[in-house]
Amino acid sequence: MPRSLLRDWLLLGPGLTWLALFLVVPCGMLLVFAFFERGVYGGIDYIFTLENFSRAIDPLYLSIFLTSAKVAGLAAVIALLIGYPAAYAIARAPARRQTAYLVLVMLPFWSNYLIRTYAWIVLLNREGLVNKGLAGLGLVSEPLPLLYNEFAIVTGLVYNYLPFVVLAIYSSISRLNPEVLEASEDLGASAPRTFWRVTLPLTLPGVAAGAVFVFVLSIGNFITPDLLGGGRLQMVGNVIYDQFLTARDWPFGATLSFILIGIMMILLFSQAMLVRKAQGEGGIAHA
Amino acid sequence: MSERPTVIAIEGLTKRFGEITAVDAVDLDLRENEFFALLGPSGCGKTTLLRMIAGFTGPDAGRILLDGRDMTPVRPNRRPVNLMFQSYALFPHMTVTQNIAYGLEMEGCGRDEIRRRVGEMLEMTELSPLKDRKPEHLSGGQRQRVALARALVKRPRVLLLDEPLGALDKKLREQMQLELKRMQHEVGITFVIVTHDQEEALVMADRIAVLKDGRVMQVGAPRELYEYPASRFVAGFIGKMNFFAGQGRGAEVAFGDGVLTGTAPGGVELAGPAVAAVRPERLRLAPQRPEGSLNAVPGRIVDIAYHGQDLNVHVEVRGAVDSAGGEAGARVLVRLPAGEAEEGDWQAGQDVWCCWAPAHTRVLAM
Repeated sequence: MPRSLLRDWLLLGPGLTWLALFLVVPCGMLLVFAFFERGVYGGIDYIFTLENFSRAIDPLYLSIFLTSAKVAGLAAVIALLIGYPAAYAIARAPARRQTAYLVLVMLPFWSNYLIRTYAWIVLLNREGLVNKGLAGLGLVSEPLPLLYNEFAIVTGLVYNYLPFVVLAIYSSISRLNPEVLEASEDLGASAPRTFWRVTLPLTLPGVAAGAVFVFVLSIGNFITPDLLGGGRLQMVGNVIYDQFLTARDWPFGATLSFILIGIMMILLFSQAMLVRKAQGEGGIAHA
Repeated sequence: MSERPTVIAIEGLTKRFGEITAVDAVDLDLRENEFFALLGPSGCGKTTLLRMIAGFTGPDAGRILLDGRDMTPVRPNRRPVNLMFQSYALFPHMTVTQNIAYGLEMEGCGRDEIRRRVGEMLEMTELSPLKDRKPEHLSGGQRQRVALARALVKRPRVLLLDEPLGALDKKLREQMQLELKRMQHEVGITFVIVTHDQEEALVMADRIAVLKDGRVMQVGAPRELYEYPASRFVAGFIGKMNFFAGQGRGAEVAFGDGVLTGTAPGGVELAGPAVAAVRPERLRLAPQRPEGSLNAVPGRIVDIAYHGQDLNVHVEVRGAVDSAGGEAGARVLVRLPAGEAEEGDWQAGQDVWCCWAPAHTRVLAM
């Protein structure tokens, strides 16, 4: 084996071993479980069947997948709409202030995910700060139904994943050659036209990365739908959770998981292709 | 050349960045259909000046008039000038054709007109075979031509070029100097080029403004600047120059035991430390002090280098100052045409007299 190859494998070794043991093996087990029958008292009966898959495409479960996709998509779009301007502002700020802004963006991660989600319950419930504030301002007479619905779930998901979107887009924008934007203006483009024709196309890899990130993390999320949705809106993550822990139907839970992983893989792959294409084209902008 | 009408008049233009005055009360006239060079060492404010004409940097004082109209409140996208960026700043996600068409689309030109004018530009810059390529698949020279075509297709009143040849290798640079000059001639648009390379400015420009510390030191045709520099800085910055430092009196400099005679710019009477400046190719060598009115200084040959068409003789002269400006005892460069001087005429270590005509001597304040 050539020396450099040996070195590469040595360096990759720990990471690969970790991934193999704790990602590839469990995923492989999931795939295997998906083709067997459930045991009468939980667990697996090793009898081959395709019934789990035919059950998964039942309209009931399809509609849960669609709802999950809708909620995740909505969260991704809203996160982009909020995150892009923020990322733009940070990337265009004086260099010494950028780090401070980025730290502020990451600040929520210093507290626990569950605690942050409970905080939203405090904010959004009928007697919560938001409703009290609105009532105090005389804007509403009745408390608004802000909690235990789709609005609350989307709000929670956007809140949680927004920092990733900001970071992904920030890195795209900060790599833009400012002279390319000036060239657009010099050639007669107004600021909005420069944005649509130059800035946005060149930062699309960051936008795609952010969007896929939010979507993938949201569609499989079960804590936020559970806590902020109050269990009224079933997302696929909740169903899988229930199959494993309540219904004790491991094979069916495995099947749903596997379909979910498949959707995520397709999205991540498409995004990787987009990035590769854009990087190929971005040679000058990044030089 | 002076009869050409003015396109851009720059009046008392000043720009400060904190403590530094990048552009200091600059007055300049840029004329119709001329190739104008802003020449100076890095940090002299030439790029800032260019960006102010393009509209990317606002002045702290003074103004820029284009065809008599004050440009100060006009945004860059509304100015009839275009800038070719030093990095070329091509749109990496667009093909060559799309890059060139962009400016016309922004003007709202019709599809047929865009196609025709982009076609003309591709033709002129010989980019037709590459028209569907993206910038990453172009060489440096090709990118430079796309950047040029993209700016020129707009038919600006003035084309601004920021170090347009800086990123190219030497051979390509020399070729592009002539090509840029040819294109300027062909399109009849005023070109304003920023460069730190005095040779480049001499080759290309009709007129040159030499800048230093944000100020215009001198404006003139290349020959004018070369033959009649108005200051010590310009004399040393453009071409090779030998300086002899001494006490100035009128148009004379006391040097060593004698006096060097020349002409002072604008007939200014000098009093105080001064230099007599003379080009290497104006100097001749003699074994003895020559008779008559020639300027002459004694020295000793330290080195002879054969350069093909000429012979470069380095002579150590006590009290001379080299063009970098500095210590006494520096070397004087004498450039003899190879046809005139036979090999073996002069040897290292030989005592000689450097002599030259007063007509070729500039007397300048220190």
